[in-house]
Amino acid sequence: MDKVMSNKKIIALYVLPAFALLVVLVYVPIFLTGYYGLTRWDGIGERVWVGFDNYARLMGDSMFWRSAYHSFLLAIFSLLSLVGYLIISMILAGKIKGADLFRKIYLIPMLLSSVAIAQLWMRIYHPTNGVMNRLLTSIGIENPPLWLADTSIVLYAIFIPIIWQYAGFYILIYYAALKNVPNELIEAARIDGASPWQIGYKIKLPLIMGVIKVTIVLAVVGSLKYFDLIYVMTDGGPNGASEVMASYMYKQAFRTYNFGYGSAVGFFLLLLALVVTWLIRKVTESKEDNVQY
Amino acid sequence: MFKSRLKVGTLAATLLLGLAACGGDADPDPGDTGTGDTGDGAPAGEAVVDFMHIWPAGSSPDHHRIVSDIIAEFEADNPGVTINMEVLENEQYKNQLQIISSSNQLPDVGMTWPAGFMVPYVNGNRFATLDDIFDEELNEDDFVAGTREAYEFDGQTYALPVELNIAPVFYNQELFEENGLDVPETYDEFLNVIDTLAENGVTPIALGNRDRWTGSMWYMYLADRYGANALNDAIDRSGSFEDEGLIQAAAEIQNMVDRNAFIRGFNGLSDQEAKAEFMNGNAAMYLIGSWDLPNFTTNEEVPQEFRDNVGFFKFPEVEGGEGDIDSWVGGPGVGLFVSEASDVKDEAKQFVKYFVQRWGEESVEDAGVIPGTQVDTDEVELAPLFIEVLDELNNASDITLFADVQMNAAVAETHLTLIQSLFGNEVTPEDFARQHEEALEENQGEDEVDFDDAEDDADADEAVDEEVDEE
Repeated sequence: MDKVMSNKKIIALYVLPAFALLVVLVYVPIFLTGYYGLTRWDGIGERVWVGFDNYARLMGDSMFWRSAYHSFLLAIFSLLSLVGYLIISMILAGKIKGADLFRKIYLIPMLLSSVAIAQLWMRIYHPTNGVMNRLLTSIGIENPPLWLADTSIVLYAIFIPIIWQYAGFYILIYYAALKNVPNELIEAARIDGASPWQIGYKIKLPLIMGVIKVTIVLAVVGSLKYFDLIYVMTDGGPNGASEVMASYMYKQAFRTYNFGYGSAVGFFLLLLALVVTWLIRKVTESKEDNVQY
Repeated sequence: MFKSRLKVGTLAATLLLGLAACGGDADPDPGDTGTGDTGDGAPAGEAVVDFMHIWPAGSSPDHHRIVSDIIAEFEADNPGVTINMEVLENEQYKNQLQIISSSNQLPDVGMTWPAGFMVPYVNGNRFATLDDIFDEELNEDDFVAGTREAYEFDGQTYALPVELNIAPVFYNQELFEENGLDVPETYDEFLNVIDTLAENGVTPIALGNRDRWTGSMWYMYLADRYGANALNDAIDRSGSFEDEGLIQAAAEIQNMVDRNAFIRGFNGLSDQEAKAEFMNGNAAMYLIGSWDLPNFTTNEEVPQEFRDNVGFFKFPEVEGGEGDIDSWVGGPGVGLFVSEASDVKDEAKQFVKYFVQRWGEESVEDAGVIPGTQVDTDEVELAPLFIEVLDELNNASDITLFADVQMNAAVAETHLTLIQSLFGNEVTPEDFARQHEEALEENQGEDEVDFDDAEDDADADEAVDEEVDEE
């Protein structure tokens, strides 16, 4: 085995397919998007080089900043939801009855496709026939909210299924990490008289800190580029009240034929995500940090 | 550290493929399959025409069958020509068309929407002109007035219509009877109908305004009844959106909203959801294009009881308004184009011609599609409701093309968003008009830029000519 691995040609042979795929499917498109972002282009005719005009326009585009604000709100909500997921996984990882069943229940939304989830929640939120409003009417609320039609609540109404959608994913990650905490440590702590709260906070949490950091990055970056449910459920409406950066990019590129500007939005989104990732790393950095992500 | 940075970058980049990936995914293009097929031992002189349409066998079985039949007939009549069909669903098709046309790989024959949708393709010189296929068998007079023109730029036809629609107000006759209502002929009667229904706890109108073009049609009718041609004039810039009639129309929309004319939560409902409310008898009226006529006449999946119950009326006249009741909102839907880059252009044009003719003969009876070509209502066997609509179409004094289709893409997007705000009472009728004006003004500027480019090209051509002359 050592002999094989010391042969540079063989190493190259193993690495090359994945590397080529990565370059063709990831780096080339990113590079091209960056280039298109510097042109005025309807996606069909001639490309006209305009330098940083698109970015100048982006800086002054109130609709973009509004959707950026919505994306950041989603990121904050996702972060808060991580705390909830962590608590649920701690309970599940503790020896409670039916933990296995609950774990499966939480995992189900992850197995559904985004479009199915969107259809499901559109029915739940239906203004007259929806489960939600039927329930509210039956307990005596006369004018239940118009979940997806009211500009002041539509964004939060969509956050709920988004957070629900990813619950299983994060709970699974935390659950696996918690199961990896050595039993001896916990038993030792228990013998020393530590309460369950102390065990959770002082022993389990520090031991899975690396995993938590990864999930923070995943949740924040995932929120910034979020698209699916918003596209299907409201299409960014009404009147842009649920527009996020990715849906705005899509609209610019494919609906209004500003492919150049749409590319600029997409590239800016990429830069934003990189900066945020770097910031999160800086903030959560610690000396004994040995988990790389 | 460097290593870990790289990994972070990769992670973020993978997550963020977004737009770039959309472009990358679409690489398999129909052009390739076409050449691939010819390569499979086809004798020389054979032509393969790639054809893309939007009617999958699953969701539009009748359309799909007619298309396939026409293709089979065409191939039988024209030995040596093979039609290679590719089908994509509507929205997917629009995205795909844009992507493949950016690399100049449009199918030889495809479908396009009229007016505003075609502008970038025509400007980018992607579509071939079709005027040279007109002869005695098929010429301008065979199309319903105003339909072919929707695909015309600078006097040249770039596509031929296969669909035509007008939008009547469909209503539930039983609900009208129960509430002692008659079909309204004036706008005041119409408001009375709305008030009576609302008071009796019946939802007057089903509207799915998440899709926005649905609300646009209501606005367009009011605009037409108040200001006649004002809307068209405002869009082609010979008039203004700040026209009194147009502002009045916007104000009336909000009046209707305040009277609870529309279903609860309409701004969050899709057209499909709204239609379901109408078809379940939960709402009394529903304004939609005649493309839904099969649902109200021949579709066996819809209960017979409901189908017998549906009638339609023309959008009522407004007292003192300039428009007349026989003026409709509607217009052609998809049409067929031939790609300028096609290497089998002659065969492709032949196919388009053949298709449009055969489609005109088959589509109404078999698929409930009103073709862009004229239909003789005495000769076709159709449900009475269908015949009535077709007769109205023949008597139409004017057909106003859907506003979002008339406008170019950027203005249409603004218009549609403003429609949603107008219905949601988030914008005053005056601001509604002003923001339309701004969008149209701004965009006119962009059109001028395109025009300059075209002039530059012309200059370049002249320069070349001069050089040639010098030689």
